Amino acid sequence: MEISSPRFPANVREAFTDHQLQRALRNVPTGFIKKRAAARDRLPEFDALRDQSRDIKNHTLAHLDLYLEHYVDKVEASGGVVHFCTTPDEARATIIALCQGLGARTVTKGKSMIAEEIDLNEALSAAGITPVETDLGEYIIQLRNERPSHIIAPAVHLNKDQVEADFRRIHSHLPPGRLLDESSKLVQEAREVLREKYLAADVGITGANFLVAETGTSIIVTNEGNGDLTQTLPKAHIVLATIEKLVPTLEDAATILRVLARSATGQEFSSYTTLSTGPRRPGDPDGPQEYHVVILDNGRSGMLGTPFQDMLRCIRCGACLNHCPVYQAIGGHAYGWVYPGPMGSVLTPALIGIDKAGHLPNASTFCGRCEEVCPMRIPLPKMMRHWREREFERHLTPQTVRRGLGLWGFVARRPALYRLLTAIAARALRLMAGKRGRLAFLPLAGGWTAHRDLPAPAGKTFMAEWKARKP
Amino acid sequence: MTTSTPKDEFIARLRRSLKVTGDDATRKAAVTARLAAHAPNLLPKRAQGDAAHRLKLFAEQAIAVQASIDRVKTAAAIPAAIADYLRRHNLPQTLRHGTDPLLKKLPWKKGAPSLAVSQGRADPSDEVSLSHALAGVAETGTLIVCSGPDNPTTLNFLPENHIVVLEAGNLVGTYEEAWTRLRARFGAGQMPRTVNMITGPSRTADIEQTIELGAHGPRRLHIVIVDKGQ
Repeated sequence: MEISSPRFPANVREAFTDHQLQRALRNVPTGFIKKRAAARDRLPEFDALRDQSRDIKNHTLAHLDLYLEHYVDKVEASGGVVHFCTTPDEARATIIALCQGLGARTVTKGKSMIAEEIDLNEALSAAGITPVETDLGEYIIQLRNERPSHIIAPAVHLNKDQVEADFRRIHSHLPPGRLLDESSKLVQEAREVLREKYLAADVGITGANFLVAETGTSIIVTNEGNGDLTQTLPKAHIVLATIEKLVPTLEDAATILRVLARSATGQEFSSYTTLSTGPRRPGDPDGPQEYHVVILDNGRSGMLGTPFQDMLRCIRCGACLNHCPVYQAIGGHAYGWVYPGPMGSVLTPALIGIDKAGHLPNASTFCGRCEEVCPMRIPLPKMMRHWREREFERHLTPQTVRRGLGLWGFVARRPALYRLLTAIAARALRLMAGKRGRLAFLPLAGGWTAHRDLPAPAGKTFMAEWKARKP
Repeated sequence: MTTSTPKDEFIARLRRSLKVTGDDATRKAAVTARLAAHAPNLLPKRAQGDAAHRLKLFAEQAIAVQASIDRVKTAAAIPAAIADYLRRHNLPQTLRHGTDPLLKKLPWKKGAPSLAVSQGRADPSDEVSLSHALAGVAETGTLIVCSGPDNPTTLNFLPENHIVVLEAGNLVGTYEEAWTRLRARFGAGQMPRTVNMITGPSRTADIEQTIELGAHGPRRLHIVIVDKGQ
């Protein structure tokens, strides 16, 4: 799908006037934030587990080559096949070749952000293979030909009546007079429609929340059980994962699992956590006959050893989105690509380039809530600042901003001049504000004062006040 | 001249970024030791305690996620308890399970004469299935079910009603204790095709964050805890 990140300001204006979106976004704080806080409060060790989770991933990333080698050996020993892909093109070609080799006509898919990243559905369709999303939220947005607007709640931007309209439009074989006025009825209808798809599919594709080096296991975490039907019923199970999903041992996975669901949905544990190792064993009556793991790099190795390495700790829980005042106001689509919110503002420039995604790390108030709630303690605001610096260094920042920053830098390096100019400005603003004490308009800051007044300064600078009060 | 594979190139790229080599003895030793030790990290205090504490916590956690629980004294009482559960919920008196030794030798005819019991993987038309858990994890009310002819994975997901037998002696505190049991059963570093950790029935909140049960998997999860198993 098209990358609209360069049009971020226009996307934001559209989001503000989209009433359906604004109505749907009101569910975010009440749903996710309260539930996470309650789950955190029920587990006194929560913050200590976050520290350990961070350390586990740091250790793994520092030894990633060795853990990956061990992981691959274990997958192969259990009868699975690992495919190494550097680019999205390679990953798409590998998956299509696997599907064609199996004579696949339809594939079911568990939820995978990596599949979104490489536009897998479009590629499969172009190759004559029908992809069917099975996560309810992903299914809904596939019907609408949209991207997910949230990494764990893909359809969070929609309201029930919109879903009803889509179901009536697409499920046209069902009686038009049927009642779909409650979410339970919509869920039941999706269950029945998708059940047929699971049974017909030739290949099941899932992502992975973890790859365990110790055992060669891939782990998926779901609530619906869609990932399990996807990977159990067809002839082959293809796992699509990127390198940073690795953890050393089952014990390490358990530690991070304890913070994952709690941070994501506020659940103690998701309904289904599934560990998959190789294809079905001799004598097994069910399970896939083939097990493939497609390991994708797509720019991650370039983040290792840089200030952005910490981002590779991310476990895609979505807590930073839920707690972000910018995300809460504009939703996920405005970010213009696959990953929205603070984690997207850091990851997207690394994957598609700061030239295209420069607006995203700038769309932050630096309130710090994202870092505060991140289960992996990723310093998201610091990394957004790194991106702003890179943008500046590469002369991608707009001319007016560069001039402004240059001027400010000139003045800030000359304390006497700085004090003089700020003293003049403080007095001038005070005079302009008059008796009201507030400024309704400010030259060069019309955008800011368009929606609120600026409280006027006291008339003297802090430095001057400090000097006057010194004994 | 040696040809390099995609794997070699892939891993070489990681090493260039990390500024390391593959033959650094210190790094290798760190990885080997961690994998061999598979040491537990911090374990939640809530999961520590005696068998009575584990049972109480398991039940609280499982019920909090809409599972239901029955407790029977002996395995011989399981068939009648299941028939009764199906009657209470107005469900058909049919049941499918795998070749699990405990489930196979239960006195089905005597305990539940009206129940039609069959064996094998789940058929899409099956309404009720039965599995035998390897373990139950008290900290979150989680069941551990392993794939194989004993307990085929499809039984866990296709039918709308899933019943799981858990022996009280297999109730552990933490996930890590369940891993210990997995290693004891399958060997260190060895796994069955699938290990399912099941915590309550299937659910979704994808429409306006309203929680609905039975999204794709079972709508009901019923756990029969048996004091004395095999």
